[in-house]
Amino acid sequence: MVPQRQLLSGDEAVALAAFDAGVRLGAGYPGTPSTEILEYFAQLGGRAQWSPNEKVALEVGIGAAFARARALVTMKHVGLNVAADPLFTAAYTGVSGALVIVSADDPGMASSQNEQDNRRFAAAAGVPMLEPADSQDAYDYTLLAIEVSERWSIPVLLRMTTRVCHSKTVVRPRAALPAPPEPDFVRDIRGRVMIPSNARPAHRRLRAKLAAIARWNEAEGPRRVTGQGRRLRIVASGVAFAHAREAAPEAAVFQPGMTYPLPVEAIRGFLDGAARRVVIEEGDPCLAEALRAEGIAVEAKPEMYRFGELDVARIRRILAGDTEPEPAPAPATPPRLCPGCPHRAVFEALRDLDCIVSGDIGCYSLGVLPPFEAMDTLVCMGAAVGVGLGMRATLPAEQARRVVSVIGDSTFVHSGITGLVEMVYNPPSTGHLVLILDNGTTAMTGMQEHPGTGRTLDHRPTGKVSFEDLARALGISDVLVVDPTVNPAGFRELVRERLAAGRLSVIIARRNCLLAAGRIKEYEKCDEP
Amino acid sequence: MSRSVTNIVVAGLGGQGVLKASDIAAEAAFRSGRDVKKSELHGMSQRGGSVTSDVRYGAEVLSPMVPAGEADFLVVLDADQVEINLPLLRPGGMLIDPARLEGVRLASRKSLNVALLGVLSVSLDLPETAWREAIATHLPERLHAANFAAFEAGRAAAGGHGGSR
Ligand SMILES: Cc1ncc(C[n+]2csc(CCOP(=O)(O)OP(=O)(O)O)c2C)c(N)n1
Ligand code: SF4
Repeated sequence: MVPQRQLLSGDEAVALAAFDAGVRLGAGYPGTPSTEILEYFAQLGGRAQWSPNEKVALEVGIGAAFARARALVTMKHVGLNVAADPLFTAAYTGVSGALVIVSADDPGMASSQNEQDNRRFAAAAGVPMLEPADSQDAYDYTLLAIEVSERWSIPVLLRMTTRVCHSKTVVRPRAALPAPPEPDFVRDIRGRVMIPSNARPAHRRLRAKLAAIARWNEAEGPRRVTGQGRRLRIVASGVAFAHAREAAPEAAVFQPGMTYPLPVEAIRGFLDGAARRVVIEEGDPCLAEALRAEGIAVEAKPEMYRFGELDVARIRRILAGDTEPEPAPAPATPPRLCPGCPHRAVFEALRDLDCIVSGDIGCYSLGVLPPFEAMDTLVCMGAAVGVGLGMRATLPAEQARRVVSVIGDSTFVHSGITGLVEMVYNPPSTGHLVLILDNGTTAMTGMQEHPGTGRTLDHRPTGKVSFEDLARALGISDVLVVDPTVNPAGFRELVRERLAAGRLSVIIARRNCLLAAGRIKEYEKCDEP
Repeated sequence: MSRSVTNIVVAGLGGQGVLKASDIAAEAAFRSGRDVKKSELHGMSQRGGSVTSDVRYGAEVLSPMVPAGEADFLVVLDADQVEINLPLLRPGGMLIDPARLEGVRLASRKSLNVALLGVLSVSLDLPETAWREAIATHLPERLHAANFAAFEAGRAAAGGHGGSR
């Protein structure tokens, strides 16, 4: 049977492969460009769930894989920072089923706070990494990641990038993997309880596995080689492979599908005798450094191409040795808060009161732009609370009294709760005010549910975390819930009054996201028995 | 190889249907048996910022992105976005903007994207049935009639003149 062609995004291709492979559980936290993987997996009929954050998602995936299931965990690149703690030790324990962790990197920062290169994580944690160049690779490598994970009992990282996640290319699904055994608990205390006496041999086992995987990758790992000239030979990974082929049709190009551990000898052989050998990679010079460390002389891109995405034009420039400043991109229209967005009333108040705003990530980050310009810091999810407390603790009192922490509802659940604990435990002498902007959804990434909405990934009713109950249970007595849009002037006065009180306060500004409001109403109707 | 690949860029503002239009164009090429790649960045596309999406098709497509200055067709949904996107078009490439629909009455502004695809379709070598199937695939059924009409209106408006820039 000829497999049916499908036109799929990289995200959809990962989901389809996971579904075809009988993945039992998909867990993750939304984050562009990874979000659609679990959404599509659920649409196909897979069991997918949002966790409160990436660390929990990975822990759930580890548990499933300890239980001998096939598990998929998805997140954007910065999510792996949050999940790094379980990642590094899961590399030691290994898994009994399969564990595939998708890291969706964002070179160029289309919608992220940094452009960290998560290929560094593979080497740091000692976890194999596969890097698809297009949706067909995304499909094939998801299956391969499951096979590698099961064969060597090791978690596997699948590194996507924004272009690969969000580009649609043609996919031909291949034959399904043999079905895995049913989940079952088999006790393995020494293998899974990482007290030092067990972790020491576990680290040695990990290194032995990586050596075996490296040998396999050298001999028969995934790769593509196109062209055969010896004048110019290029090693390129991820989507840079597709760009490089177009930019240099005369070149021979090698794409290592598994970039950690790298098939160094295969690449050495490919480059042998070539007049010119160039590494083309987005982000950090990981491949170039690894090859040079093995004594393979390669040209790396000039430093200016570390920044941003690569494309055909930039690769032509790299090959031409062009380091002249690049033409500035056309001034695009920036995004803004929707007209009628409930966040508007909040930022108008913070602006009018000249607050020092410790901000956070979400739609409400747009409060930094005119006409509000009411955000002074933004670091990472959850940082609003801690950073605000740090400023309160050290600024002169008259400035400290103006500090407000502003955090969205999904972000609060993700990593703001521990900040509230800090506030109770180390209260600033001037008090503090935390504003939770509860718009009933994770708007920024496309309206996903979270534990505060009381609905699951596929919008069915489930347990609901009440922010006001949580804050009161932590011992914060001044907890207020208001709709900021009903009486904006009254809201402003409330903020002024809380700042003047010099106590610990939490205001939950509750009003549904305008774009999500219709949908939320529909879901709520379905929720009624 | 670049000449055997058709390069289309769709541009506009978030919420105007840029991504829907590029999905439909890619689907039409896909249903015509071509190799297709479609690419976009849609981080905050719903918040009214500039959005562009690339569609490339041919016997074999490599990069998913249309190199700047190599677009054969530039479809712009918002008159104000024409100027910033013009550098994407190759010399002699075709600009398809709302001005191409002057005098055409659309039942809904919302189907402007599909009407402009109608204009585009006249210059492409994809069968009309593939376009209709693509529209049907990417829009809910209750919108089919209005969008087929918009598509036809675009085709009719493009009729004689092949307005090259
Ligand atoms: C560790 C990490 N995970 C995910 C993201 C992507 N992300 C940024 S903000 C956000 C949530 C925004 O939701 P919310 O706090 O409810 O604010 P809203 O957009 O609804 O205003 C997400 C998922 C990120 N930046 N960092
Ligand atoms: S999507 Fe919702 S939260 Fe985001 S700007 Fe629009 S109304 Fe506000």
